[in-house]
Amino acid sequence: MRGKVAVIGVGDTEVGKIPEHSATGLCIDAAKRALDDAGLTKNDIDGLVTCNSMAEPHMYHAEAMAEHLQIFPSYCVSAGAGGGTTFAVLYQAALAIMHGVCNRVLISMADSLRTGLTREQAMVMQSSSGHPQFETPYGATVPGYYALIANAYMHRYGVTAEQMAAVAVTARAHAALHPGAQMRTPLTVEDVLASRMIADPLRLLDCSLVSDGGAAVVLARAEEAGDRPHPPVYLLGAGEGHGHEHISQASDLTSSHARQAGERAYAMAGLGPQDIDFIELYDCFTPVVLIELEDLGFCGRGEAGAFVAEGHTRLGGALPMNTHGGLLSHSHPGNPGAMFALTEAVRQLRGEAGERQVADAEVALIHAQGGILSSHCTAILGRDR
Amino acid sequence: MNGKPLPPINPASQPFWDACAQGRLLLQRCGDCGHLQFYPRLLCAACGSRNLEWAQASGRGTVKTFTIIRRAVSAAFEPDAPYAVALVELEEGPTLMSNIIGCDPASVAIGLPVRVAFEGRGEGIAVPQFEPAA
Repeated sequence: MRGKVAVIGVGDTEVGKIPEHSATGLCIDAAKRALDDAGLTKNDIDGLVTCNSMAEPHMYHAEAMAEHLQIFPSYCVSAGAGGGTTFAVLYQAALAIMHGVCNRVLISMADSLRTGLTREQAMVMQSSSGHPQFETPYGATVPGYYALIANAYMHRYGVTAEQMAAVAVTARAHAALHPGAQMRTPLTVEDVLASRMIADPLRLLDCSLVSDGGAAVVLARAEEAGDRPHPPVYLLGAGEGHGHEHISQASDLTSSHARQAGERAYAMAGLGPQDIDFIELYDCFTPVVLIELEDLGFCGRGEAGAFVAEGHTRLGGALPMNTHGGLLSHSHPGNPGAMFALTEAVRQLRGEAGERQVADAEVALIHAQGGILSSHCTAILGRDR
Repeated sequence: MNGKPLPPINPASQPFWDACAQGRLLLQRCGDCGHLQFYPRLLCAACGSRNLEWAQASGRGTVKTFTIIRRAVSAAFEPDAPYAVALVELEEGPTLMSNIIGCDPASVAIGLPVRVAFEGRGEGIAVPQFEPAA
């Protein structure tokens, strides 16, 4: 698959509180922006991938969006694997292109969690990821499920609250350089530690945002990708890994199947961690990033906290991470959240990231996970095939 | 009846929940390979056999990890907040989720020995809970 398919267009909606659009409106807005970026019209698209919205669900979401756009695709799917959805469909869509099912796939995902749901609705809907018989009766929230991981990880490796806070501080520093990010006021470690406890050991600022927003990309065969307005960004590798669905069934609380996903993506790309110029990881909660850094081979076990705290993942460091601000500071509209990591990686590889541009960015690793550190997908993108 | 969620019981789990109502915690044991598992399911998670039987657990375990929920997930849990949610590793091996009840949540720690207790939720349903073994 390496180098066969390229991203030829990207589009982000505004993020944060966007009452002028419903979730459907955001999905279509993102789609239009990506089409414009690719220099295409809707009639050039014959593959459509979306994910369902919590705020404005459709029973058959992709079909509803195709109808809304009045496109008549030969490949049309609404994907659902939580936060991991975004990159799993990236390579599945690439396969559809490679095998001639379709020629150009539009992937557009958006939701309206901030204005489309009440806080209570959002909490209950998100915590419904718990096992209905064996977890939900105990009243955990989504931060609570992740706090179980955080506590085990801190206990095992002696990782500190200050080190976890450094993840949030780094994300905010990068968001401050992104004109569209939801939260741009710089943070300190002290600010994070002073924020209120949500589910021990996770504090408010260890948790990602709740946002309206969405993003879209257009994929096409590498052979035609050079004819578009912006330089193509090639899909070099992708891999999935699935360990459990419910956290009480996890075989290990301090590592995840991000490791398998990463190994599969590296093998497909013929690359390793040492070849990666920058990374966009799934930062729904600060300790998740640390476990991913270890699972994906960038740090030894228990070492990621010090790695981030020492500044290596800041812009200008050895391995810039979440250069748009991530789910912690750019936006988190639910399942579509990692789409912004994808569009950011493409902009970085095109050299269009402005003040936050990673110097000489040639190869990016992006990773998303869904459930409670359950389902993982890694993708590797490059400026060259 | 306190408004907290009731487990949506299915045929595979009915014997488990029937036993909980009688104050007994059951695991499944594979009749072919001897694997012990929780939660109840149709096949052995180790060898895939259908040949599963019920085995009563001792009800003793330790806290593998925990959190203290400061903001209740729903109104039914608000009177309890802050409350502890833990993963408890049974001495037989399987892990399950539980609240840690009968103590100050601040006293819960990884490695804490706990024992099962059952909390009635109405409609003849009791959910397994754990408390410090003391």
